Amino acid sequence: MMYPDKTTADGLVGAAHLAEVQGRSLWKDARQRFARNKAAVAGLIALILITLFAFFGGVLTQWSTQEIDWPMMGRVAQDGGPSFANGHYFGVDELGRDLYARTVQGTRISLLVGFVGAGIAVIVGTLYGAIAGYFGGRIDGIMMRSVDILMAIPFMFVLILMLVIFGRSILMLFIGIGLISWLDMSRIARGQTLTLKNKEFVEAAVATGVRPLTIILRHIVPNLLGLVIVYATLLVPSMIITESFISFLGLGVQEPATSLGALISAGAGQMQYGVIWQLAFPLFFFIVTLFAFFFVGDGLRDALDPKDR
Amino acid sequence: MKLKSLLKTGSALVLLSAVAANAQATHPQTGEALAEVQTFTYRVLDEHSSVDPQVVEDTYGADIVRDLFEGLMNQDAEGEVTPGVATGYEVSEDGLTYTFTLRDNALWSNGDPIMASDFVFAWKRAVDPALASEYAWFMELMSIQNAAEIIAGEMDKDDLGVAAPDDKTFVVTLSQPLPYFAQMTTHSTTFPVHPATVEEFGDAWTRPENIVSNGAYILREHVPQERLVRVRNENYWDNDNTILDEVTSLVINDVNQGLTRFLAGELDRTEIPPGQFTRLADEYPDQAISIPRLCSYYYNFNLAEGGPEALQDVRVRQAMNLAVNRDVIVNNVLGAGQTAAYNFTPVLTAGFELPELPIADMTQEERNAMAVELITEAGYGIGGQPLSIELLYNTDEAHRNIAVALGQMWQQTLGIQTSLANQEWQTFLQTRGNQNFEMARGAWCGDYNEASTFLDLVTTNSGYNDAKYSNAEVDQLMADAKTAEDPQPNYTRVEEIIAEEVPIIPIYHYADGYMFDETLRGWPVDNVEQNWYSRDLYKVVAE
Amino acid sequence: MFNFVLKRLAIAVPTILILVILSFMLMFAAPGGPFNSERPLPPQVLANIEARYGLDQPYWKQMYDYVVNVVTRFDFGPSFQYRDRNVNDVIMQGFPVTLTYGFWSFLIAVVVGVSLGVVAAIRHNTWLDYFAVGITVGAQVLPNFVMAPILVLVFTLWLGWLPGGGWQGGQWQYLVLPVIALSTSYMASIARIMRSSMLEVLNAGFIRTAHAKGLPMWRIILRHALKPAMLPVLSYLGPAFVLMITGSVVIDVYFSTGGIGQFFVNSAFSRDYAVIMGITILVGVLTILFNLVVDLLYAWIDPKIRY
Repeated sequence: MMYPDKTTADGLVGAAHLAEVQGRSLWKDARQRFARNKAAVAGLIALILITLFAFFGGVLTQWSTQEIDWPMMGRVAQDGGPSFANGHYFGVDELGRDLYARTVQGTRISLLVGFVGAGIAVIVGTLYGAIAGYFGGRIDGIMMRSVDILMAIPFMFVLILMLVIFGRSILMLFIGIGLISWLDMSRIARGQTLTLKNKEFVEAAVATGVRPLTIILRHIVPNLLGLVIVYATLLVPSMIITESFISFLGLGVQEPATSLGALISAGAGQMQYGVIWQLAFPLFFFIVTLFAFFFVGDGLRDALDPKDR
Repeated sequence: MKLKSLLKTGSALVLLSAVAANAQATHPQTGEALAEVQTFTYRVLDEHSSVDPQVVEDTYGADIVRDLFEGLMNQDAEGEVTPGVATGYEVSEDGLTYTFTLRDNALWSNGDPIMASDFVFAWKRAVDPALASEYAWFMELMSIQNAAEIIAGEMDKDDLGVAAPDDKTFVVTLSQPLPYFAQMTTHSTTFPVHPATVEEFGDAWTRPENIVSNGAYILREHVPQERLVRVRNENYWDNDNTILDEVTSLVINDVNQGLTRFLAGELDRTEIPPGQFTRLADEYPDQAISIPRLCSYYYNFNLAEGGPEALQDVRVRQAMNLAVNRDVIVNNVLGAGQTAAYNFTPVLTAGFELPELPIADMTQEERNAMAVELITEAGYGIGGQPLSIELLYNTDEAHRNIAVALGQMWQQTLGIQTSLANQEWQTFLQTRGNQNFEMARGAWCGDYNEASTFLDLVTTNSGYNDAKYSNAEVDQLMADAKTAEDPQPNYTRVEEIIAEEVPIIPIYHYADGYMFDETLRGWPVDNVEQNWYSRDLYKVVAE
Repeated sequence: MFNFVLKRLAIAVPTILILVILSFMLMFAAPGGPFNSERPLPPQVLANIEARYGLDQPYWKQMYDYVVNVVTRFDFGPSFQYRDRNVNDVIMQGFPVTLTYGFWSFLIAVVVGVSLGVVAAIRHNTWLDYFAVGITVGAQVLPNFVMAPILVLVFTLWLGWLPGGGWQGGQWQYLVLPVIALSTSYMASIARIMRSSMLEVLNAGFIRTAHAKGLPMWRIILRHALKPAMLPVLSYLGPAFVLMITGSVVIDVYFSTGGIGQFFVNSAFSRDYAVIMGITILVGVLTILFNLVVDLLYAWIDPKIRY
């Protein structure tokens, strides 16, 4: 499993700091630096293609995600392989459902889980960190001690428990996965806020009597944006991986809907039965998606990182 | 002293192995040449609940308990009752008193003789509220005098209708005659326990270092979630006829992993993953075996108040029943020898005759045509009122596959939209038991080999009637069947009513696909309850 | 220093309290109890069972008793599912297993990962570097539930070298596949982190100076570069530890090792709350301890940090 490491985060703090000081020119500069990074650009292109595939790939097939191709059923190993003749470009799954259509759906759901999960983590983490950092003092102390405490809770276990007990739902998955990962973000955001707090524009806002919450939302948070974007990019793949783990336990999205994790887990179980395409296609999209995110994330970090100048 | 005994064992070992090497052992009855190593290793899906006879509640546990303990009666390969610790029994004229005679040479594994009082102790223990056995209901089902009252806490456990007039005579008094009572003494809940051991160690008496048992095997090792090893009990009265020396069960959660390890030679028995039977039977004809079971798979309609309105219409239910293509499900989805079910009670049930139902003789085209007619008449389906139904099942690959296939059948033939909802077992039971579903998966395995264990389920007061179906005629027929000389006409009529009113949709009757090592013999394939005893198994020399 | 350790340990108390309350809340809110079965139990039998486990007590009393028992007697209560074992037995049984293969996985992940990262950094932009980056990225994204069955197919079914599962008291043959399956992705992560931080350190002034002085490369690496470059790896170890405990669920399910992960999942499915809570608390405590060790190591390596 992937985990955005602390170096990344440390680098980010510096990067975002600079972004704020130098204003627009750095963003432009960063864009140029990003464009020069071939791996990152390739990752970005792959990501765009995969997103298009996930949202519009269904147009290319006459099969729906649920429809069973009855003659295939029970003869999947013999007849169910990828074929253009019968329209099953990626073959069929063990029940005779079109794997292409299901891979499209699975990719879409995995991307959604990744984005929404990372979104929740980043939003909650940033606001929490910004509030703690801005107010400082006792509030900061209490809030950050709570983070310390929460960090020691094995959230994955709690999530498994919740999914088992309350039944699986995509909403629960989003929230659960998102809530696991906001803690690190809050620490980074707090550290950054501490330095931003003493900047002239914040002090000016305070002097003119702007309410603290408005200051946080209007002045602090926008200046954390660079940091947030990079962190989110690195968080998305780890969300997707977490979802696949949950799916492996059979606690992921509800049938007949599917995710890449669910497809891979099903395919991995079947791989010794001569239906390797059931593993290969979903796994391909899974790996390419993750690669793309890694490269884009690395590229973004390098582009915003002053150290490499 | 120590050295001497060591030497002794050493020479004994040499002697033993010499004997084994020289004289090729043969099976006493069949004369087949026996393999030198007599061990049996099999996969279990999950850790067993307990090896305490009165506590065990799952089949994996019961399999082990049948090896470690022996009850009054045993079952043979066909499921017929044979003598166990009791050499036989007598029934009083009114059918209310059973007198069992225990064999003289039956010993506990520590050498103590088995007394009738050990059975008295065990049976009282089973109903004792202090033990709070989840299988106390079984003693109630056996109609033992005062069992129900003791479980309910109204009477003392010493009032149970069991007695030991002497060391080798065990007497049971029933509250009502029960034709299959003797059959029920083959169930693990009725097995004896060693009172001194239970009293000394409490809940920990079943640990390998404490346990005293009376079966053909004793518990050697137990690593929870990994393995359980049992070895030959030298004190067992029929030890000379026991061939397997060691039996091991390994916990392997993943069924595909189980198959891989079987193929790698690590296991002698494993379940075949859903949908793989046909292929494996082609490839390994000597190893892949399908064993029919006394179980039915069905879907409940929610007929309770507050259930979906459309499902109260019998035509909708009939149409949905007709539109299920059982052949596709048993052949293509499952394919391990399961049989299509158009009625509830499995055909294999002892003494049960299959009623003639019109649906069973139609072709699927005829069924579909009739189904479309019925649903149109009811005003639903294609062109009618849109209808969408949620199918509830507990999380499992095979259940999911069946639910997906059913949903597609109803959607394509009848235009009914279906959605799936799966829940974990415990949550599922709760949801289904509270009728919070539209249609829910159900399955029932016979508690004993007689049709009433199935058909009682559709009576109004049955606790397992999840459809909440209620029909006074059915209730009356089943009540009468209890005392009827020949209950078969009642059963036939009940099945006909079910087929007509369709409170449930029977889908198939069970069969389990297994891979067995090709040298293993003696598996009771014809025992529909699959009560197997390791002492009946043996391995022959590979050809 | 001492104060720091004390402060960190003090966090354990509220953490565990929160865990207990959280678990109890889930338990009380959950539909279906540990004693639900397909055949509904007669109310009297159910009442007997609940009395046996104290489930008939008011919620606060159950919670209070639990905390008191854990604190005063280190007793996590009986398992609802298995009569002849209590939660302490379950933990004593499963935990050493997880710890054994977890320890080896950790060791291998760190040693191999760090070496690979260093080699890739030294041979920056050579085929060796590309090769190392390639396999590490690949290993990082291949889920271990795909890796595990592949390993078994290859090493058990085709080659017949190693058993496909089981534990057998932890003999080495039974350890190899679980350790490979568990350690690969962490090894890959560590290698990537190590590579990039090593590259950074190698570009730093003091290394260039050492190089200019003509010190041999291996000496520069060992004496000067390795320690500072290890810092980011160290900070990764905390989260990696947690992820590895989680990953043990997959290992236990596939390799039937009988570790704590398998107990946890099974207990969750069968509502054996006592076991669930015991394991959750144990993992929570371990996380705290482990993070503490990492922090101390951090301070030891990086003299700039003072607690």
